[in-house]
Amino acid sequence: MLELFHVSKTFNPSTINEKKALTDLNLTLADGDFATIVGSNGAGKSTMFNAITGVFYVDEGDIVLDGENITFKQEHLRSKYIGHLFQDPLLGTAPHMTIEENMSLAYLRASTRKGLFFRRSRKKEKDFFREQLSLLEMGLEDRMKQPVGLLSGGQRQALTLLMATMVTPKLLLLDEHTAALDPATAEKVLGLTKEIVEERNITCLMVTHNMNQALELGNRTLMMDSGRVVFDVSGKERSALTVEDLLEKFRDHVGRQLDNDRILLSK
Amino acid sequence: MSSIFTISILQSALELGFIYSLVVLALFISFSILNIADLSTDGCFTLGCAVAASMTLAGHPVLALLCAIGAGILSGFVTAFLQTRMGVESILAGIIVNTGLYTVNIAVMGFSSNLNLFQCESIFTLTKSLIEQHMGKGVYDILVTGGWFRLILVAVIVILIGIVLGIFMSTRLGLSIRATGDNAAMVKASSINPKYTITVGLCLSGSLTALSGGILAQYQKSCDINLGTGMVTIALASLIIGETLVGKRTMVRRIIGVIFGSCLYRFIVAIAIRMDVPAECLKLVSALIVAIAIAFPYLKQKAVFTRNKYASISRRKKGGAY
Repeated sequence: MLELFHVSKTFNPSTINEKKALTDLNLTLADGDFATIVGSNGAGKSTMFNAITGVFYVDEGDIVLDGENITFKQEHLRSKYIGHLFQDPLLGTAPHMTIEENMSLAYLRASTRKGLFFRRSRKKEKDFFREQLSLLEMGLEDRMKQPVGLLSGGQRQALTLLMATMVTPKLLLLDEHTAALDPATAEKVLGLTKEIVEERNITCLMVTHNMNQALELGNRTLMMDSGRVVFDVSGKERSALTVEDLLEKFRDHVGRQLDNDRILLSK
Repeated sequence: MSSIFTISILQSALELGFIYSLVVLALFISFSILNIADLSTDGCFTLGCAVAASMTLAGHPVLALLCAIGAGILSGFVTAFLQTRMGVESILAGIIVNTGLYTVNIAVMGFSSNLNLFQCESIFTLTKSLIEQHMGKGVYDILVTGGWFRLILVAVIVILIGIVLGIFMSTRLGLSIRATGDNAAMVKASSINPKYTITVGLCLSGSLTALSGGILAQYQKSCDINLGTGMVTIALASLIIGETLVGKRTMVRRIIGVIFGSCLYRFIVAIAIRMDVPAECLKLVSALIVAIAIAFPYLKQKAVFTRNKYASISRRKKGGAY
């Protein structure tokens, strides 16, 4: 369960570049919630993710994950149980290390205790990696000794997803993770995401600019603007909602910037 | 050719190659794996040499090498501390440590610029007396009279270190260090603390550099304050020779390549000496070898590119298919 209480963050305070990125943001995500987030560029979606993962410390408010207050916990300590996927498929894997080594690293960092520096992955675990890779149906299970740099963007993103969820995280953050992929591959990665998240009941937040996705995937849709959640819908109300309705809502809240926003393009 | 290739040249080139390959392994960790240009190598090498020489003079040849390793770890830690905790650029951190180490090294050597170890026990004399006591006359003749025991000793040390390093690189910590140099963004989103992995990596690299210096001190029975000058360049050349000729696909291959590159470099230098290149020109010869070694992969690639271009042009002129 993720809770954000009155979270605020201002970049470059009291300068000409002052930017209020998050303003009194409140959000409660129940266990197993899969929420999609829409909002224009600069609405604070990625800033919220960065606040949760600890790229910076927030000015005000508290961030609580599974009852533990992580507001001032260091980034690398939090990321042990928070999975984070970015739009750029190159950011999630080490290109000069093999698929197997990448998976070993992801598995060992998440599953072993802090003291076990010299722990290597065992034969049984390598078989487990192979089994997991075969779920992707991309033929990667036969290329485990190849460096990840040889894979396509879609394959790398699928591998990153696998690595982030191999040991079930408490929270999975997806920041437009299919936006840089071609439509067919995006569809496939999205299908995988849905499968993995539902099967393991992972609490998940996903940013998207595709209104269809925003309503179809998950059980909850959030709309952000000016650093806060302005619209939050789930259950029956959500299933009754159409893309047009959502766009209408969007216009209500952020009408002023709609003209040049790419959200219009991806109806 | 027989006048250029003699067994003794090969022997001493291999001996030096194995000893210096530890510095190359150190650079392999900092430069290739962590992607950090660590310029403290020169000073760190002399530090290992000075510490080991002083301890050897005091009559502790094995402890001397362990102390050299300790000193190297310390030196690596200071470099890492400057760049991870004090915000100093990595290149600058190396240069600062390198400069400071000059004074430290002189101090370690008791404020003299060289030490002589001719009368001292070393790991080489220890091995020699071990062979004398436990092996038969035939073995003694081959190993000691033929002079092979030195090569075998350093080869065993280096190969052991190579194997341990290879295994270490597939442990959780080793993989984390490799990922740190390979994809900084990934490391941030994984639960790896880059400050920690950089520190461990540089300490490891420092320990190998200093150990190399320590073994060299006992090998040539002397230590000089200027011994480490130019070590970075030479090690880098060996590294690149190895990576070009042996390849860099797997970890095992890369480590073998490093050792091979170091031996080959020493062999080339030995041949240059053999061909009566005056001693004062040796630095220039070294620099040339380094420049050629670094330029070679690029020129090779360029040659292939140009050849393809002209092949393609001539096909077009003949009216062939595109």
